[in-house]
Amino acid sequence: MAEAIAFYTLSVLILGLGVAVITTPKTVHSVVFLVLNFLCVAVLYVVLQAEFLAVIQILVYAGGIVVLYLFVVMLVNLKHAPEEHEDPRRLGRLALALSGAMLLEVVGIVVYSSRHEPFARVTGSTEVSPVQGNVEELGWLLYTDYLIPFEVASVLLLVAMVGAIVLARRES
Amino acid sequence: MEITPAHYTVLSAALFSIGVIGVLVRRNIIIIFMAIELMLNAVNINLVAHARQLENLVGQVFVVFVIAVAAAEAAVGLGIILALFRNKETVNIDEMNVMRW
Repeated sequence: MAEAIAFYTLSVLILGLGVAVITTPKTVHSVVFLVLNFLCVAVLYVVLQAEFLAVIQILVYAGGIVVLYLFVVMLVNLKHAPEEHEDPRRLGRLALALSGAMLLEVVGIVVYSSRHEPFARVTGSTEVSPVQGNVEELGWLLYTDYLIPFEVASVLLLVAMVGAIVLARRES
Repeated sequence: MEITPAHYTVLSAALFSIGVIGVLVRRNIIIIFMAIELMLNAVNINLVAHARQLENLVGQVFVVFVIAVAAAEAAVGLGIILALFRNKETVNIDEMNVMRW
């Protein structure tokens, strides 16, 4: 019952804030709605017993990525409204129709898969984690089975950092 | 009133569609980037919900990787936006056609 209340409240908040992000005319307001959306998703992670991810969500998304967005919004000061000019070749109606088709397709897949085939229960991992608790088990997995992807991710972040610095540097 | 993974999947699908609509309809490139973040979040919700359903933490490991990739994408993408703004004085994607024709 408690989970149902939490789920429905958070769903309404997440979807409402998501719609607000893509509909508000001012970019700064959009960023604020995005932060709130990320915080709601973090609370949803807590409901789903993924405490470590909830903390990471707040640290990385709400704390890191959104600050980056705010920096860019503040650095980019526009002389005219950002969406003033519209390319006459733009097919806005087609875009909306395609989005609607996407939504129908995804909902169709969800309904079909939840009705025809119960979610399979995989108990693939033979070795039982020697530690208890969400953070401990996640760390154990990251440093045993998923060590190489983990290191690749760190290299990816390094490459992205160098790339961002090179891109944003002023040509002298 | 039991909440099944199907509920979370529907939420995820709806959030993903909001992201798709944002990418396809808006013309401000910063908002398009935010819509992409929304889509990544939708995928993460799905992964976490099924990780709990299957009592297997691998889904959460994948979410860690998705977040890492999202951070990298945001950094590089916003760098590109800044570089483009310096050259073209715009964040409207309809005016960003230097490489199109």
